[in-house]
Amino acid sequence: MTGTTHTSSPHIEVSNLDLSYGDFVIQKNLTFTVNHGDVFIIMGGSGCGKSTVLKCLIGLKSPARGIVRFDGADFWSTAASTREAMMRRFGVLYQSGALWSSMTLAENVGLPLGEYTELGAAEIRDLAAMKLALVGLAGFEDFYPSEISGGMQKRAGIARAMALDPDVLFLDEPSAGLDPISSKLLDDLIVELRDSLGTTMVIVTHELASIFSIGTNSVFLDPVSKTMIAKGDPRELRDHSPDPNVREFLNRGASAMTKGPDPARTDSSRPTEAAR
Amino acid sequence: MESAVRLAENILAQAPRMTVAKDHATDRKTGAFSVEMGTAGVGLLAFSGDWTLQAKAPGAAAIASALAAGTGIRRIGFDTDALAQWDSTFITAILGVVAQGKAAGIDVDLGGLPAGAQRLVTLATAVPERQGARRTATRDGFLVGLGKWWLASYKSMQDSLAFVGEATIALARFSVGRARFRRVDLMIALEACGPKALPIVTLISVLIGLILAFVGAIQLRQFGAQIYVADLVAIAMAREMAAIMTGIIMAGRTGAAFAAQLGTMQVNEEIDAFRTLGFSPMEFLVLPRMLALIVMMPLLCIYANILGILGGGIVGIWMLGLTPTAYYVQTIASVSLTDFGIGISKSVIFGIVVALAGCLKGLQSGRSASAVGDAATSAVVLSIVMIIVLDGFFAVVTSIMGI
Ligand SMILES: Nc1ncnc2c1ncn2[C@@H]1O[C@H](COP(=O)(O)OP(=O)(O)OP(=O)(O)O)[C@@H](O)[C@H]1O
Ligand SMILES: [Mg+2]
Repeated sequence: MTGTTHTSSPHIEVSNLDLSYGDFVIQKNLTFTVNHGDVFIIMGGSGCGKSTVLKCLIGLKSPARGIVRFDGADFWSTAASTREAMMRRFGVLYQSGALWSSMTLAENVGLPLGEYTELGAAEIRDLAAMKLALVGLAGFEDFYPSEISGGMQKRAGIARAMALDPDVLFLDEPSAGLDPISSKLLDDLIVELRDSLGTTMVIVTHELASIFSIGTNSVFLDPVSKTMIAKGDPRELRDHSPDPNVREFLNRGASAMTKGPDPARTDSSRPTEAAR
Repeated sequence: MESAVRLAENILAQAPRMTVAKDHATDRKTGAFSVEMGTAGVGLLAFSGDWTLQAKAPGAAAIASALAAGTGIRRIGFDTDALAQWDSTFITAILGVVAQGKAAGIDVDLGGLPAGAQRLVTLATAVPERQGARRTATRDGFLVGLGKWWLASYKSMQDSLAFVGEATIALARFSVGRARFRRVDLMIALEACGPKALPIVTLISVLIGLILAFVGAIQLRQFGAQIYVADLVAIAMAREMAAIMTGIIMAGRTGAAFAAQLGTMQVNEEIDAFRTLGFSPMEFLVLPRMLALIVMMPLLCIYANILGILGGGIVGIWMLGLTPTAYYVQTIASVSLTDFGIGISKSVIFGIVVALAGCLKGLQSGRSASAVGDAATSAVVLSIVMIIVLDGFFAVVTSIMGI
C-alpha cells in the first residue's frame, strides 16, 4: 500500500506562516505545499504546535503572519463569508473527537447532511449509517457519544468529518487510542477515500507505521527552533534526512547515539526495559 | 517518552529494595549532608541517613547555601556510602545541585550516586526546558493594572454588545423563518424552562404571597383595614414580585444550566465543530434557549401571580378572618389588566436577559473545569444584577407614564 506518486497541482499552499498565542510564539516561518490527492502528514513532538497549525488551516485561529491559500485563493485575508464558504469544503476530526454530546452518532453525522443537502430524513439516516459502517461503527447509530469508548468516539468523529464528502479532510491524531487492527483499517480507509473521491488528506499523527504506509508528503515541526526542520516524503526523511533529530524521531529514537554516548540512559536502562 | 516514564516507574519501584540491605547498618535516621573539600577543587557532597518523603531531610535551599559557601569548588562530586533509603526527595535535591552547578558553570559528576538515582536524574534533565515557555509572575503597578482592567472591561463590553446584536439578528431571522436550529433542542429547552420549573416556582410564589400578606397584615390590622391586604398582595405580585421572583429562579436554575452546557461544549471543542461546519452557535445553540425562555417566562409569571395571590388569601382568610368572597372581590377590584401587563412584559424581558447572560457566559467560557464553574456563577450574577437594574428602570418609566 505504498502511496502512488501523485503528480498534481497544489491544493493548499502555506507561506511564511507564524503562529502564536498572545506573545507566546508557537511556530514561525512555515512554508509548505499540499498537492491535490496528497496524504500530507504533520508530525513533530508533543506540544510542538501541530494542532495549532491545523486550527489555522481550518479557519479557527488566525495566523500572526503569513499566507494560507486553498486552490490559489487567499484564506485569511478574504471576507469572513468567503472564508466560511471555503470551510464548507473541509472535513475536520478534532483531537478530542468533539462529537456533539446531545446527539446520537447518526444525528452527529446526519446534521451537516440535513443542512447542506436536499436529502430526506430517511436518506440521511442511510447515508449516516453507511459512513459509520465505513469506520467500523455499524449498529451504533443510536448511541450517544458518552455511551461509546474513546477510540470509538474518534472513529465516529471521522465519520462526521467525512459526512459531506469534503475536498480536504483534516484529521488530528486519528489513530490515537485505536488498536493496531483498527488503525490499519483506518489507514486503508484514508487511502481508499483519497483514491476514489480524490480527497486531499492532512493528518497530524505520531503513528510511525501509518506515517510510512500512507504518507506521501510531510512536514516536521520542531519545538526548540519553533519552525519546520524537514519536509518531504516521510520514508525519504527517515533514511536520508540531514537532520539527526528527524531521523531519530522517525526511527523511534533508535539513533539516539547521535547525541553522544550516554551510559546512564542507554546501557543501564536496558535490563529494566527487558525485564518487562 | 512513554518508555521513559515506564523506566522511571521501574526505577522508583526498585529504589526502596535497593536500599533495604543498608537498613541494618544505619538504623533509620533523618537525612543529613555535609560538604567536604576534596583534592583538586572537588567539592564532595556527602549524604547520610534517609532521604525520603517521610524523613525530614534538609531542603534544597540548605544544600545550595552550603555549596555556595564553599569557595574554590570547581567540580561537585557525590558520596552516598552513608545514604540509607531514598526516593524522589533525594532526586529533587540532586536536581537542585545540578541546576546550581549549571548556573555557576561548575561540573557536576553524577558518578557517586546510586545507579537508579543517576538514571532518574539523567531522565529529568533529558528534555531541555522549552525556551520562552516558563511564565514569570510579574507584578503590575497600579496604573498598569488599571489600564489592563479597563482594556479588559472595554473588550468584554464590546463582546457583550456584539452578542446582543447577533442575538437580535438571530431572532429576526427566526421571525422570517430563516433561522437554522434543531426543533428537538427547542423542545428540550421548553421542557427544562417550563414544566420542570413549576415545583420551585410554586413553592416560592406561595411563600412570597404569604410573606407579603403577613407584613401588610401587621400594619393594616392596627387601622382595622385588614381587607386591604388583598390589594397589597395582588398589586405587589402583579407588578413586581411575580416577574422578579420567576426571573431570579430561572437565573439560578436555567441560566446557570445554559452557561454550564455551553461551557462544557466549549471545553470539548463541540462549538468549534459547529463553527467549522458553518452552523452559527448563535442560531443553533442560543436561539432555541432564548425562544424557550421567551415563551415560558410569561406563562410562569402568570402562574406565579395566581399562586402568590392564593398565598396571600391563606393569610387573609385564616389569620385575618376575611371571607373568601370578600378577599376575591377586593383582589379583582384592586388590580387592573395594566398591572398584570406590566409584570408580564417585564417577565419576557427578564427571560431574554437570563437566556443571553447564560449563553454569553457559556460561549465565552475558558477550556477548563473551573472555567465552566466560573461561567455558571457569573451567568447567575449577571442575570440577577440585570434583572434588578432593569426592574428599577421599569419602575421609573411606568411612574413617568403614570401607569
Ligand atoms: N489556548 C492556548 N493558549 C495558550 N497556549 C496554548 C493554547 N493551546 C495550545 N497552547 C500552546 O501551544 C503549544 C502547542 O500546542 P498544540 O496543541 O498545537 O500542540 P500539539 O503539537 O498538537 O501537541 P500534541 O501532539 O500533544 O497534541 C503548546 O506548547 C501549548 O502550550
Ligand atoms: Mg495536538
